[in-house]
Amino acid sequence: MFKPLTAMMTSLTLVGTLLAAPAFAADKSILLQSTTSTANSGLYDYILPIFTDKTGIRVNVVAVGTGQAIKNAQNGDGDVLLVHAKSAEEKFVAEGYGVARFDVMYNDFIIVGPPSDPAGIAGSSDAVAAMKKIAASNSLFASRGDNSGTHKKEKSLWKAASVDTTAVSGNWYRETGSGMGATLNAAVGMGAYALTDRGTWISFKNKGDYKIVVEGDDNLFNQYGVILVNPSKHSHVKKAEGQAFIDWVLGDEGQSAIASYKLNGQQLFFPNAKH
Amino acid sequence: MPEAIAIAQARDAVAAKPAGEVSGLTYQAGGRFLIDSINLRIPGDGITVLMGPNGAGKSLLLRLMHGLLEATAGTVRWHGRGLDDDVRRQQAMVFQRPVLLRRSVAANIRFVLKLRGRSSDQQVEQILDEVGLGGRAAQPARLLSGGEQQRLTLARALVTEPKVLFLDEPTASLDPTSTAAIETIVRRASERGTKIIFVTHDLGQAHRLADDVVFLNGGRVAEHSPAATFFDAPASQAAADYLAGRLVLR
Amino acid sequence: MQDFSHAFTLAFGLVLTADADLLEIIALSLQVSLTAVLAACVIGLPLGTLVAVGRFRGRAAVVILLNALMGLPPVVVGLLIYLLLSNAGPLGWLRLLYTPEAMIIAQTVLITPIIAALSREVIEQLHQEYAEQFRSLSVPRAAAAAALLWDARYSLLTVALAGFGRAVAEVGAVIIVGGNIDHLTRVMTTAIALETSKGDLALALALGIVLITIALSVNAAVMALRLTATRYAYA
Repeated sequence: MFKPLTAMMTSLTLVGTLLAAPAFAADKSILLQSTTSTANSGLYDYILPIFTDKTGIRVNVVAVGTGQAIKNAQNGDGDVLLVHAKSAEEKFVAEGYGVARFDVMYNDFIIVGPPSDPAGIAGSSDAVAAMKKIAASNSLFASRGDNSGTHKKEKSLWKAASVDTTAVSGNWYRETGSGMGATLNAAVGMGAYALTDRGTWISFKNKGDYKIVVEGDDNLFNQYGVILVNPSKHSHVKKAEGQAFIDWVLGDEGQSAIASYKLNGQQLFFPNAKH
Repeated sequence: MPEAIAIAQARDAVAAKPAGEVSGLTYQAGGRFLIDSINLRIPGDGITVLMGPNGAGKSLLLRLMHGLLEATAGTVRWHGRGLDDDVRRQQAMVFQRPVLLRRSVAANIRFVLKLRGRSSDQQVEQILDEVGLGGRAAQPARLLSGGEQQRLTLARALVTEPKVLFLDEPTASLDPTSTAAIETIVRRASERGTKIIFVTHDLGQAHRLADDVVFLNGGRVAEHSPAATFFDAPASQAAADYLAGRLVLR
Repeated sequence: MQDFSHAFTLAFGLVLTADADLLEIIALSLQVSLTAVLAACVIGLPLGTLVAVGRFRGRAAVVILLNALMGLPPVVVGLLIYLLLSNAGPLGWLRLLYTPEAMIIAQTVLITPIIAALSREVIEQLHQEYAEQFRSLSVPRAAAAAALLWDARYSLLTVALAGFGRAVAEVGAVIIVGGNIDHLTRVMTTAIALETSKGDLALALALGIVLITIALSVNAAVMALRLTATRYAYA
C-alpha cells in the first residue's frame, strides 16, 4: 500500500536532488551584466563563442537596462559590466564598485518616427532642434523611462532642448518603463517618435512602416564601456576570468570581432578601444 | 398504576446488569434542550433499540453515548468508566449514510486494522466473507451498491471487535434484501457478545431485533421496557400513540 | 494579420525540426516549474491540511492570508528573492542568483500559497465528510491528515496543476532571479519576452503556441488520470 509519509520523504529527497543537479553548473564562466541593446542586436551571439572557444570561459549575459545592470553589479551580482552611460559608469568606478573603465566600442542613437512625420523633422541631423519640434507640435514620443543608458541620453537631449517632460508625461510624452524593444513596439503601436540605438533598430523586426528621421548628430554618439567589478568590494568576483574577457574584448581580436559583426550587411558597432 | 412508576419498574426490569449508564444527560443548542436530563441504564447484552418520532433526539442521544458530541451536562459511563479514549476505541458506529474511504473494499478494512495496531490479510478476508463481500476485496468501495456499502461499514466496525456497536438507522434507505442481510449480521454480532444499540423508526425492524426498547419523545425518555412489554402493553401514552400509528404530540 | 499564420508555421517548424535550442528551453521550463510544483506541494499540502483540519486561534486569519497570497505578483516575488539571493543580500553566500535553482525558489514561493489555499479547500470539504466517522474510529490527528491527503489525491492533482499552470506561465519572477541567460536560465516565458522585445512577434507567438501546447498536454494527461479515478469513485 502507498504510504503518504514515505511519499513525502521521497518527494523531499527528489527536490533536494533536483536542486543539487550538476547539469546546471557551468565549468568556467563569468557573469556579464549588460544592456538589452547589445544583447538584442545579436552582437554577443556572434563574438562570445569566439572568446569561449579561445579561453574555455563561458560568458553568461544578463541583459537589462543600464540602470539595473549597474545596480546589479553594485550588489556584486556580476563579474563584468558592459553598458553605455559614461557618467554613471565613472561614478560606479569612483565609488569603488568597479576597478577601471575602458571604452570598448560605440554606435549611435537615432530618432525613428512614423512616415506621416507630424513634427516635420524627417531628414534632420540636429537632434536638439528635432526634440524641440516634437514638443512644440505635441507629437507623441515614446520614452524608455527606465533610467537606462538610452533613457539618460534622451533626458540630456530634452534638457538641451529646454523641454520639461515631467509636465507632459502621460500626455504626448509616454514613458513605457520598459526595454528598448518593448518601447519600440509601443512607439510603432501608437505612432510615436522614439530614440533608439542603431543596433537595436537594425535588428528590430517589428518596424512596420517606421523610418529613421534623425541621425548623424554628434550629440547622438553612443559610447560603450567595460568595467571589471571590484573584487575588493565583492570577494567572489572572478577576477582572472573577468580580466581575461576585458583584455580580449579590448585587444585586437575582440575589436576586430566587433567590427566584423554585420546585420543585413550593416556594421552595428564600431570598436574604439584605446591601446 | 401511575405512568411514572410503571416506567421506573420497566427500566429496572431491563437493566439489572447495565453496560452503560447515562445520568442527567443534557444537550442544549440554540437555547433549546434537545436532550433533556436523560437517565438510562443500558443492559449488558442483547440489542437495545432506540425509537421515537422524528426530532425526538434518537441520533443525538446515540452520538452523545458514543462521545461524538460533548454533552452540556450529565455523564455517560460504560462498564463503569467514563468516555475516555480506551473506552471509545472499544466502540464502533455505523451511520445512516455509509462513509467509505476512496479506496478499495479491502483497504477500507485494513485502514481500521492498522489503527488498532493489527493488520492481517487473513482477517480482512474473513470479515469480508462474514458480511458477504468475499471476492470483492479489490473493488473500489464507493462503487458498491448501497446495501453492500453498508455491509462494508459494518464489517469495518466489527473487525475492531467492539464491545459496543452503535447503529444509526443503517437500513433507512435500503431495500428489504439488503436490510435482511444487515439485520442478520447485527444479530450475529450480538450473539457473539457485542452490545448493540440500534436507532430505527421502522416498527417491523424494532420487532425483529429488539431485546429492549428505549422510546424517546421531545428529548426525554418516555419509556424503557423489555421488547415484549413495549410492544404489547406500552406504559407511556407517547409510545402507545406511536405504536398505534397516531401522531405523537409533545 | 499575417503574423498569426506566420507564427503557426514557425511553431510547427520549430517543433517538427526539434530545434535544439527550443528543446533546451522547454526542458528547462519543465524542470524548473515541475520542481517548483513538487517543492510547493511538499510545503503547501501539509500546510493546507493543517489549516483544514486544525482548530487553532487565528485560523480564519490564516485562511484569508493564504487566499490573498494566491495573488502574489510574480515580479514582487522575483524582487524579494533577488534581494535575498543577491551577493549583497543575506543569502548571497549561497551563490544561487542567476541559476535555475533561484528560479525554482522564486516559483516555489509564488505557488506555495496557491497549493496551500486550494488544498485547504479540498481537504476541508473531504474532512467534513469523514470527520464524524474518523472521530468514531478514534483516528489520531496525524493519521487522519494522512488519510485525507491520500483520499483527496486526485483532487489535489488538479491543485498541483493550477500551481504548475501559474509557474510555467509566469515571467516576472524568473526573469529577475534567472536573468534570462542563454543556455543557462532561459525558459519559455523569458524567451517569449526576449523575442517580443526584439520585435520578432511571430517567433514570440510561435513560442507562445508551443508553451500553450505543452500546458494543454500536461492538463490533458492529468485530467485523463482524474477521469479514470472518477470512474473508480476515487476522486
